[in-house]
Amino acid sequence: MSELIIYNQTFASDLHVSADVQKELQELWQAQGMSEMDLPDMQLALEEGLANAIKHGNKMDPGKKVTVECFLNEDIIRIVIQDEGKGFDPEDVPDPTLPENLDKPSGRGVMLMKAFMDDVIYNDIGNQLTFIKRCTFDR
Amino acid sequence: MASDVTRFNIQTIDGVTIAKFIDNRILDEATIQVIGEQMYRLVDDHGLRKVVLDFEAVEHLSSAALGKLINMKKKMDAAGGQLGMCSLRPELLKIFKVTKLTKVFNIYASIEKALKGF
Repeated sequence: MSELIIYNQTFASDLHVSADVQKELQELWQAQGMSEMDLPDMQLALEEGLANAIKHGNKMDPGKKVTVECFLNEDIIRIVIQDEGKGFDPEDVPDPTLPENLDKPSGRGVMLMKAFMDDVIYNDIGNQLTFIKRCTFDR
Repeated sequence: MASDVTRFNIQTIDGVTIAKFIDNRILDEATIQVIGEQMYRLVDDHGLRKVVLDFEAVEHLSSAALGKLINMKKKMDAAGGQLGMCSLRPELLKIFKVTKLTKVFNIYASIEKALKGF
């Protein structure tokens, strides 16, 4: 079976719109029969990815757009989130688990995505995020 | 989401305030903002100094929610109080373990164990 695109949305950098997009994707995943075990992990990664794109990528500029695509290939979900920011080097993100960073209130989003997804990839300039997870579906 | 809608069930046992989260997913920005404000009020406005946050209902929370919890801990430390957490589901505990925040927070398996730790 080849990979199918099941969702494609471009929207302004607004966290409320992002919440609507997340709800649409959640409903889509539930309609596909995604297991209750995988659903929260996917929701978490989606929230972190979109929040980073809007806050850090597009700097909350409503004139800049975020595009999110969801692909499905049998039981593998692939999400691509593109922002219009300058990008970043994921290697430059300070390790939030170092003692000096432990009490900082931010900087854990990428780490959480990596913990709950099978693969997390950024493009060369860092304004396009892809994450992949093999999920269980009740079809 | 109105900020006056309480996001916790509150009870007091032996002088310790147990604040139980109502939301099962603390992921979106609006929910996190309200929860943060209500949590901080426990220390700032109500003057509580012994608080246990009960996560029994919570399935997932985002990094932004972790940020609010860290700020709550700082607030409580500055006020000379104690903050504990209890009843974290395995998937939630994984978030704290991955981020090594188990070193920052006092995490207990149950309310009873948390009360013994205070």
